[in-house]
Amino acid sequence: MLRMLKKIMQQGTVTEDYFMSSVPARFRGRLEVTDQKCRDCVKCVESCPTGAINLRKNKICVDHDACIFCGRCVDVCEKKGLRHTLNYECAHLKGQLDKETGEDVAKKIRSVLGRSLAIRHVDAGSCNACDFEMSALLNPVYDITQYGIDFVASPRHADMLMVTGVVTRNLRSALETVLQATPTPRLVMAVGACACSGKVFGDTYAQEGAVDKIVPVDIYVPGCPPRPQALLYGLLLALDRL
Amino acid sequence: MIKTKEVAASGLRAAANAISKGGKIPLHAMFANDERSINGNFCVYVLFSGSEPGDFSMVKGWIADGQPLEFPSITPLLPAAAWYEREIHDLFGITPVGHPDLRPLVLHDNWPQGCYPMRKDFDKNSKGKLEPQERSHPHVHGEGVFEVPVGPIHAGIIEPGHFCFSQAGENMIHVDPTLFFTHRGLEKSLEGLTAAQAIFRVERTCGACSVSHALSFSQAVESLVPSEIPMRALYIRVLAAELERVYNHVGDVGNICAGIGFAVGTSQGARQKEMLMRFNEELTGGRFLRGLIVPGGVAFDIPGDLIRQASSVINALEKDFEELVEIVQESSGVQDRVRRTGILPRQAAAELSIVGPAARASGMDIDLRRDHPYAAYNQLSFKVPVRIHGDVEDRLLLRVAEVRESCGIIKQALSALAETRGLIKIELEPAASWASGIGWSESARGANFHWVMLDANQKIYRCFIRSASYPNWPALAVAAPGNIIPDFPLINKSFELCYACLDR
Repeated sequence: MLRMLKKIMQQGTVTEDYFMSSVPARFRGRLEVTDQKCRDCVKCVESCPTGAINLRKNKICVDHDACIFCGRCVDVCEKKGLRHTLNYECAHLKGQLDKETGEDVAKKIRSVLGRSLAIRHVDAGSCNACDFEMSALLNPVYDITQYGIDFVASPRHADMLMVTGVVTRNLRSALETVLQATPTPRLVMAVGACACSGKVFGDTYAQEGAVDKIVPVDIYVPGCPPRPQALLYGLLLALDRL
Repeated sequence: MIKTKEVAASGLRAAANAISKGGKIPLHAMFANDERSINGNFCVYVLFSGSEPGDFSMVKGWIADGQPLEFPSITPLLPAAAWYEREIHDLFGITPVGHPDLRPLVLHDNWPQGCYPMRKDFDKNSKGKLEPQERSHPHVHGEGVFEVPVGPIHAGIIEPGHFCFSQAGENMIHVDPTLFFTHRGLEKSLEGLTAAQAIFRVERTCGACSVSHALSFSQAVESLVPSEIPMRALYIRVLAAELERVYNHVGDVGNICAGIGFAVGTSQGARQKEMLMRFNEELTGGRFLRGLIVPGGVAFDIPGDLIRQASSVINALEKDFEELVEIVQESSGVQDRVRRTGILPRQAAAELSIVGPAARASGMDIDLRRDHPYAAYNQLSFKVPVRIHGDVEDRLLLRVAEVRESCGIIKQALSALAETRGLIKIELEPAASWASGIGWSESARGANFHWVMLDANQKIYRCFIRSASYPNWPALAVAAPGNIIPDFPLINKSFELCYACLDR
């Protein structure tokens, strides 16, 4: 018992808030394309394992929802026209939280859920990396409860569903049932490249595709997996608390 | 080296019996392959350990065109074969005759009958019509016996699986798991890709075993051609593999505390894991060490400053972790819950051919790093801890002992890296058409095997992934009965099985 108290006292507080985060130099974040250097050789397009890079009107466009941040495109670009920045804040809003279509709806939702948000996790076919990063939000370093956000055991107690993974054939009905069991107003977040794009494992017999093919999605958090701070960014962005 | 014995499928059981010496040599993997375009046959492969390090024995049973698609089930001989044969039955439509339980395993009851997705002539675009059916599972009958269905969505942040508990009051009589909810058809999705393209998907089989999957796959591909991977790359691979083991085990010690409700242990374990994950990101740019291991070597080097940083991270962890272990061990509340809980007897462990810490906690002295050394493990000195009781406590303490050994391995790898310079990657020569090989590694959960066959264009024709959780899942159903249902999450956590690894 004394040992335990000693350890707790010596450790002190390790909790950080969102703005204290630091990013290591090797981190592979949002891709930046320098148009002047691009020679349209499309090597990056061909090298991308998830088809996240496209050539549109002679411009290289990156779909960060599908990007797995592997760095392959950066390696193959001979002109050094692509680079990974340290920016992990890739989350974006759609659906009920879309700025252009539903400012009033978003306001209403935020007035109900903004200060206390209960989340239910739904694994719709993930590799468990996104799920581990979500549970990391509960560790004493991120301690997500400091923002009035917490994970709950049942969709009936939830305001938001955080969905990970490509939706598999074997989990489709579970996802639909969970959504129905969640009271309104509710939000749905797609976590990670699989959930956002459904492209990570191609298109096989066992997959139904991205989450938004099955249920409406309000927040997309790209990453493979998104680091815990990227998830936090998505949550705070959705609640307009940044 | 793999010694392959080819037989007609009707002789598969006899051949497996001979090679396994009547079931004494553990079964590593069993899978099918549609080789009709190569030689007109469907083939069923069974993999066993050989006698020497690096040696494996394989039985290849072929079913010629026009023959009935069946083979004599080897499950009555080797119970470990049960799930592999059910998977072959589901995905290829090849029947193991005499199998005691041929319920669907991988494809749930929503899959149309007579449609076999792993066959080469399966049409990817015809996903089949959904025909929901009632899920069937064995019932336990008796006065007062009731059932508790749980899942696939659970209360915590965990992966999906459905468990049906048959209860006598608080005591579990029987557990029937339904898994493969996260089955993504990953093996099928690899077909037609080059190894360099496939590694990104292989690495994403499972988050917590990313390194192990990348390593097994890369080694399988490298085994197809004469190749000498640079020493520096081999040490970097060891470093990544051991960092993965350490963060998993440290996190598991915390998670077992969570299963007990011992909050101090949970928080300390989670904090220490977080520190390791952050270092992983410093080292490789990703918290799951992804993108480092590729066929031919490693993708990027570890410079001197990161080697020094790794040393200080490991030194700090060792002290921090020992303090956590002391706290856990002196808590009577923890001891009360873990001792004699969820016992997996040695015989059951052996018959199910289970692997990793769960096997070693039940008295099986097996570890691929020592028994079939790969990467640079034959250059390193380490012990393989073994315990005998097979309960939650032994699985917990075994992980503790492995963290200590892994820290030792990491230090040796770091000093080797500090002293060596040189190449980190080589270009692999093209392999012969239809060449096949296996790669293996010991993940935090145990032996992880990949079998790869390339076609005439150097594209993957078939890749079979046998992760450590595959043989260990059935063991959970042996260890749980006889305990009370509130101990199930604790027993489950002590095995720490991946769903994604199994489901693929």
